[in-house]
Amino acid sequence: MAREATGQVVGVDVGGTFTDLVQIDHQSGAVRLAKVPSTPENQAYGVLNALKAARADLSALDLIVHGTTTTTNAVLERKLSKTGLITTKGFRDVLELGRRTRPQAYGMKGEFRPIIPRDLRLEVPERMDAEGRVVVPLDEAALRAAAADLLAAGCEAVVVHFLHAYANPRHELRAAEVLRDVWPNGYQTLGHALLSESREFERGVTAAVNASVQPLLARYIRQLEQELQEGGYHGQLLVMNGNGGMVSSARVAEEAAKTVMSGPASGVIAAASAGRAAGLPDLITYDMGGTSTDVALIRGAEPSVSNETEIEYAMPIHVPMVDVRTVGAGGGSIARVNAGGLLQVGPESAGADPGPVCYGRGGTEPTISDANLLLGRLDPARIASVEGGVTLEDVRAVFEDRLGRPLGLEATGAAEAVIRVANTKMAGAIRMVSVSLGADPRDFALFAFGGAGPLHASALARELGIPRVLIPPRPGITNAIGCVVADLRHDYVRTLNTGLDALDMDLLRGVFAEQAAAGAALIKTEPVRLSGVKFVYSVDMQFAGQTHLLRVQLERPDVGRDELRRLFEEVYFRRFRVELSEIRANVVNVNTSVIGEREPADLSTLIDPGGRKASLQEARVADREVYFDGWRETPVYRRDWLPPKAVVEGPAVIEQMDTTVLLEPGDLVRSESGGNLLVEIGGGA
Amino acid sequence: MSLDPITLSVIQAGLQQVCDEMDLSFSRAAFSPVIAEANDRSDGIYAAEDGALIAQGAGGLPVFVGVMQYSTRRLIEMIAAGDVAEPRPGDIYIVNDPYLGGTHLMDVRFARPFYRNGGLYCWLSNTGHWPDTGGAVPGGFSASATAVEQEGLRLPPVRLFKEGVLDPEIYAIICSNIRVADQRIGDVKAQAAALLVGEDRLGALMDRYGDDTVTAAIAELRRRAVQQMRAFIAEIAKGTHTATAWVDSDGVVNEPLAIRLSVTRDGDDLVFDFAGSSPPCLGPMNSVRATTLSSVYLAVRHIFPEVPISAGAFEPLKVAGIEGTFLDAQYPRPVSGCAAEVSQRIAEAVFAALVPALPDRVTAAPAGTSGNLALGGHDPERGRDFVMYQLSGGGYGGNAGHDGLSNGCSTIGISKAPPVEIMEQAFPVLYHHYALREGSGGAGRARGGFGLDYKVELRRGQAKASFVMDHGWVGPQGVLDGGDGAPNEVCVLRGSDRHVPAHLSKEQDIPLGPGDAVHVRTPGGGGYGNPLDRDPNLVQRDVELGYYTGAEAQRLFGVVLSGNVVDQTATAAFRKKQR
Repeated sequence: MAREATGQVVGVDVGGTFTDLVQIDHQSGAVRLAKVPSTPENQAYGVLNALKAARADLSALDLIVHGTTTTTNAVLERKLSKTGLITTKGFRDVLELGRRTRPQAYGMKGEFRPIIPRDLRLEVPERMDAEGRVVVPLDEAALRAAAADLLAAGCEAVVVHFLHAYANPRHELRAAEVLRDVWPNGYQTLGHALLSESREFERGVTAAVNASVQPLLARYIRQLEQELQEGGYHGQLLVMNGNGGMVSSARVAEEAAKTVMSGPASGVIAAASAGRAAGLPDLITYDMGGTSTDVALIRGAEPSVSNETEIEYAMPIHVPMVDVRTVGAGGGSIARVNAGGLLQVGPESAGADPGPVCYGRGGTEPTISDANLLLGRLDPARIASVEGGVTLEDVRAVFEDRLGRPLGLEATGAAEAVIRVANTKMAGAIRMVSVSLGADPRDFALFAFGGAGPLHASALARELGIPRVLIPPRPGITNAIGCVVADLRHDYVRTLNTGLDALDMDLLRGVFAEQAAAGAALIKTEPVRLSGVKFVYSVDMQFAGQTHLLRVQLERPDVGRDELRRLFEEVYFRRFRVELSEIRANVVNVNTSVIGEREPADLSTLIDPGGRKASLQEARVADREVYFDGWRETPVYRRDWLPPKAVVEGPAVIEQMDTTVLLEPGDLVRSESGGNLLVEIGGGA
Repeated sequence: MSLDPITLSVIQAGLQQVCDEMDLSFSRAAFSPVIAEANDRSDGIYAAEDGALIAQGAGGLPVFVGVMQYSTRRLIEMIAAGDVAEPRPGDIYIVNDPYLGGTHLMDVRFARPFYRNGGLYCWLSNTGHWPDTGGAVPGGFSASATAVEQEGLRLPPVRLFKEGVLDPEIYAIICSNIRVADQRIGDVKAQAAALLVGEDRLGALMDRYGDDTVTAAIAELRRRAVQQMRAFIAEIAKGTHTATAWVDSDGVVNEPLAIRLSVTRDGDDLVFDFAGSSPPCLGPMNSVRATTLSSVYLAVRHIFPEVPISAGAFEPLKVAGIEGTFLDAQYPRPVSGCAAEVSQRIAEAVFAALVPALPDRVTAAPAGTSGNLALGGHDPERGRDFVMYQLSGGGYGGNAGHDGLSNGCSTIGISKAPPVEIMEQAFPVLYHHYALREGSGGAGRARGGFGLDYKVELRRGQAKASFVMDHGWVGPQGVLDGGDGAPNEVCVLRGSDRHVPAHLSKEQDIPLGPGDAVHVRTPGGGGYGNPLDRDPNLVQRDVELGYYTGAEAQRLFGVVLSGNVVDQTATAAFRKKQR
């Protein structure tokens, strides 16, 4: 196992707009940060620019951990490698037919583009039944012909997806052997390889996504590695996965689908790590950006993980991913008065271009960001620095014209209305996420990040009855920090789908042991220094006849039948307040996560201790009028200047490079030793 | 009391949230896949005095948008008349009587009084589709029933929970009359628990904003919803718009049933007049009043999705002329087809009537059938009886913006279809294919989406096939010179015999043995606009993808392909001749 000789680690995350970087020197504790524009055509440039901006000495770095949106963007924009499908005769349209739904409940419209077009989906005679018995043997000549046709059509990657391959993968495995001779590269994905469970649409899409992003990701990583090496880098490159763990660059493309949605996962990993350090293991993460807001749940410092993520309409990727839900509003959400005279915020967004009116890029509709500006929550002086020559008066005029007049309000009142309505909607959405995961938001702290999260967090916490808000030192680069603190992680899922009464408990223990051994072996090959290896065991259960699953966490793998039944009933009652002792329980999935834990990073210096002032008064840079149920003279502090143990009572504004923290009247904020701000809602009263 | 606009919007969002949480709680805890996966359920808040809809969950099944307010109103009237016991705190009434503001028997409604300061403030109610309520066939969709008694157990409003406690005697009667009763307790508890969630959340909302404020907001929101609906009605050209939609047959008498609709903008109101529609039928394709009204509302909401689901939004929509037709069936007419099939034909009539007036908003006709195939039989390998349902989608109509979606779900539903692998795990069947139905989308400038084509074989034992589908006689209507989608086709293959049902889309208890199969091809969506105006390159792509043959490209779209490429000159000449 290689050693991290100098202790210099870089986390670099590519987002939609910016590429963020954090470099930590584990020996000296020194921290460097950089934020540069992303380069969507080739994200590697942004990564190199960020390294340059941080003046990183590539030859002195031990480890670079990278979060990339290469695969996410490729799927959402359908800029995929040309990929063919070979499937069971009679079933090539499964990927196009989906599960018979529509994009919205109301409105008989909407479109769907299958991940692989119909002319590249070919069929071969073969068939298994649900028990894994061969009904029709695999026609190998047809298979070779199909592969030849796909190659002739210019396909680079291929998926072999046969019905019931989860029950018996023999035909898929044989097809792989045949393809090895005829397919010119290694870009072959077998349907059962990433996800060995029933449901042909979900399994097929997961495999098809994997195949169609594999060549892209492999090329990207290869190029990035090469550029880094040319720059003098000799260390390891690790890549973030959507499960919040990371894998080595050598292995990442094999299961390329697992990198989809890794960006939001990194942020949640950073939150979990910060929460653990701050003694707040139960968090709701709230990442509000310009166009949308991401919410996730963390319990016991472990992010909630889902195997059933749908990244857009009818695009399921069923590999374990941190369960991040997107809930509508962002800073660019547009406010309108509807025909009934009611104020509505969103779902339309001005996005980043033209963006809010105050960006000066031609936006003409009032947005949440504009409302924050009019209310003094964002610094009105900043508008002077934007291009386009837009003034505060222009923004005010838009609010008067579009909202104030129909609502019978002044511009200020209209702006206040926009914020109140937006907060109500966001709070409702956050509540739905937590309730759907069986959690009461009042038992959690809110972890606010993203450019706009800390501006709304106190109000949302109050709305939701959440007592505390945790704001990390650098809310705008949380995903990059997630890269620095993430562990190695491999998840295993095996479907048993057996009644608990009939379950062979030795089989269950055997599956756990097998999964744990596989993960431990894999982690041993990764060239990263670890402080330990952790095994997390769980089973997904349901009452017979139900379709929903509930996850039961186990402290150890050698669980007894009665104990499992009791644990499941407890989890069920906690979630639904319903007790159902009269019905039989099923064990559906057996899960093991093997986590290679890295040594904790010291993040206390993310805000330079040398820059902090001795007194609160010195950190106070201005006072300005901010609107909270009326205008109030409000102190404005600079985050980087706050004394280490500062205590600030609301109302207050705390500004920093990448975000603004708003403290409502009656709230109390403390500057914590880890560099976090901890807000106590109503704590100042 | 005057309300500021902020409070009004905030309370609107709050009431919606209460209902959405009820929906979520119900689905998550439910047993029946029909509720848990297919979301065949709905939850809402209804006024104490007349049952008017205050708010309803956004994720509820569309066909329930208008139903529960009528159901609640009838309950209130029956209590006032002394026909039903007075409510007490903690009571939950159960009712599934179709003629008391319902749909079919399988949709079981629960209603719980919500008290505030000792007085009845409003009702919380929900509906869930139970997998079975007894009757001639498992699942309740008997294609040949001629009276409601053959369709299942009919419950008048009775208090299943009395002051919070399940009445074991009523429950025992229910369980003795339905199939798979042992799992029903899970759904009953989930349905009741959802109302309790509603009670908690609504109470919290009122504590926070004050009873007077919430009361005033509810009244004001209703007024605003009326205003909003009227603003949309103003988009519709003045005058009368007419359309006819056909139900294949009632399942018993093999004659089509007509839905004749004229829509007239009368001042600020929109009047939907169904006079001249067919009289009540012998078989189960009757609709009850509440379902007919709800079908009109859901169709309008498909056209204007921005409108809130509230009594106010429906107020300007007037329904007339249903008396004496099959759209206002009275006891004991059988009604099992009303929610799944007739409702979709009513919606189709609304779309067809309004598309010329709102060409940018309305689509050509969607497949509009739930495609219900049931197989019931005995699996000798597992030694047990089984009942399998296959509900299928079809193509959606083309529209001003794009081609219709393929294999969309029913107009009145939002549910997912079960995967083939799950069906084959659970039942002794083997699917030969599960494919897109080529050529089924109606031709048009924007073509219809494609239907589904599947063939399912019984592997062992004996079974009976029954189906309740529609659109077998005529396909979904094309609009503005677009072609119709392909009609539904069912064929039962028994040995060398190919049996096409006399009613095309409906038949009951067709015996199947090992190796016999059912082949179903669901409708494509209607085309939108003249097919000769379709971009020839799109037609070429459709042929490349195998959606249409080269011959169809020429016959339906006037596009001449040479090899696989559009012959622009020949196409222009051919299209000119066609016009």
